[in-house]
Amino acid sequence: MLTVWAILIDGFIYASWLFLVAAGLTVIYGVMRILNMAHGSLYALGAYAAASALGWYYAGGGDQLIMAFVIIAASAIMVGALTGLVIERGLLRLMYGRDEVLMLIVTFAVLLILEDVIKLIWGTTPYSAYQPYAAMGRINIDVLTVSGYDLMVLAVSLVIGVGLWFWLERTKVGKILRSIIHDREVSEAMGVNVRRMFTITFMIGATLGAIAGGITAPIISVVPGLGVEVIVMAFAVVVTGGLGSITGAAVGAVIVGLARATSIHTMPELELFIIYAVMATVLIFRPNGLFGQVIARKI
Amino acid sequence: MTLEKTEVSLIGVAVALALLSLVAPNWLIFTTTLAISTALVVMGVVMLMRAGLVSFGQGLFYCLGGYAVGLGGRFFGITDALLLIVLGVAVTVGVAMILGLLVTRYREIFFAMLSLAFSMILYGVLVKSHGLGSTDGFGVVDWTILGFLPGSGESSSRIALLMALALALGVALFLNRYFRSSIGLACEAIRENEVRVEYMGISRKQVLYINYVIAAAVGSIGGSLTALAAGHVDPTMAYWTVSGEFVFIAILGGTGHVAAPFIAALIFTLVRTYAIELAPNAWQMILGIVLLLIILFLPKGIWSLFTRKKRVAS
Repeated sequence: MLTVWAILIDGFIYASWLFLVAAGLTVIYGVMRILNMAHGSLYALGAYAAASALGWYYAGGGDQLIMAFVIIAASAIMVGALTGLVIERGLLRLMYGRDEVLMLIVTFAVLLILEDVIKLIWGTTPYSAYQPYAAMGRINIDVLTVSGYDLMVLAVSLVIGVGLWFWLERTKVGKILRSIIHDREVSEAMGVNVRRMFTITFMIGATLGAIAGGITAPIISVVPGLGVEVIVMAFAVVVTGGLGSITGAAVGAVIVGLARATSIHTMPELELFIIYAVMATVLIFRPNGLFGQVIARKI
Repeated sequence: MTLEKTEVSLIGVAVALALLSLVAPNWLIFTTTLAISTALVVMGVVMLMRAGLVSFGQGLFYCLGGYAVGLGGRFFGITDALLLIVLGVAVTVGVAMILGLLVTRYREIFFAMLSLAFSMILYGVLVKSHGLGSTDGFGVVDWTILGFLPGSGESSSRIALLMALALALGVALFLNRYFRSSIGLACEAIRENEVRVEYMGISRKQVLYINYVIAAAVGSIGGSLTALAAGHVDPTMAYWTVSGEFVFIAILGGTGHVAAPFIAALIFTLVRTYAIELAPNAWQMILGIVLLLIILFLPKGIWSLFTRKKRVAS
């Protein structure tokens, strides 16, 4: 019984982290039909920016937890939005209208470039910013202990999920975006500035990736190659849930999170295997993921 | 059966390389062997690209070929290089025949992601197999060829190159014909318009399936040759960034000709040898920028430089 509780708690904490990482990816795909391989690099950029900003803050004698969160948010949003803007305006703009697969390769090239940009800026030595994590302490639930910071990640993830849902379903911009998802040409004919919407969407997606990295920075040691590991995980989540669907990303994150936690507590050697096995199994039965739309083939 | 112009030139280049290997320095021989092995895996990526599919998981077959060589020598006591390669192909074809039933139902990014997932599954399993050296991998046994022990050092790497050349020549001659066979042409037709191919009475599933299995087998030969030449295998062979490099080389060369992957792989391997020493932290950036430039300005790869010149001349 204890194992079941441990699996549930770990699973949901891991799922909330997965959702944070995957949300930006699925937003960008949903609107722009671009599967952004560079998403992992944006995550890494956010993590590095937050880790070095926190490093300055704590080295300067600061010890306010609230300030630490403001710093994480500000540095991640700044670096994410700026990089997103540069990538979209400088590169993707030249490629619109090409194959989805070609866009996948283009973003793969962006990933390669960003990986080295990160190495050139921050070097190859690991960064760590453990202070906020340590400051939040641990909470006892019966005999299990949970880190306060992990619970905060869960809360942030819920807020971002609900925020995204509200943005897409209840605001004017969201309505416009849904019309673009539905039919790009008709929306353009109705006077929607699709290009500007694309820029906004890409910046928001990129920022979400950077925020995920920034929030994760205190939990991990920030090292080169961070983004490359994360992106495959995020892919597994969005493909399981159905590409381009926020609900799908949330459900996919919960499934993958619980599957991984189950594996860690019962068969740890299958940890990596289980994530992709879940994805492959879902795809066998639902080729477009759990919440994906089937696209009619054109003759 | 008379030889065509392409076939004559392929044989000519292979013989010339074999003769050059008698005088070339050891490092160049080793690099060329690696380039040829890489080119064989890339050939598999190119075969799929001709059918409109991009695989971010060809490392799966590369790794299977490599590990078949390693495990065959370690657990079954097979030391003959050719037998080990055949073992790798047999295992790979078996795996590809099962996976092919599933992945050939998918297109575009779903094919890319699913093939990536399968290769990452193998990576995950190998990383956790402590008996096989986990992330460090393990060494390949000293191999023989046709009952003859190639010794160590220079003569061994030269024989590895000759073997790679012979196998690559065989594969290239076969694929050169295959690309213009009815299945090879049907692949291109599927890329252009699948539904019309079905209307013409060709089973797209069957065509894609056969193409997928052959691509896997060719990739396995590349993996086996790499293992024999390098004398070591490790799980990174199945990691998705390795598959990404194969996609890069495939795009660099283009799908226009059977020789393109070989030229691209040779350029790639040689440039990497220097770039990793000169600018270890900018190598991936160079790759990324070159990839973007090719997509923007040379969408059919470097092979299109050759064909364009020819058209101007005539």
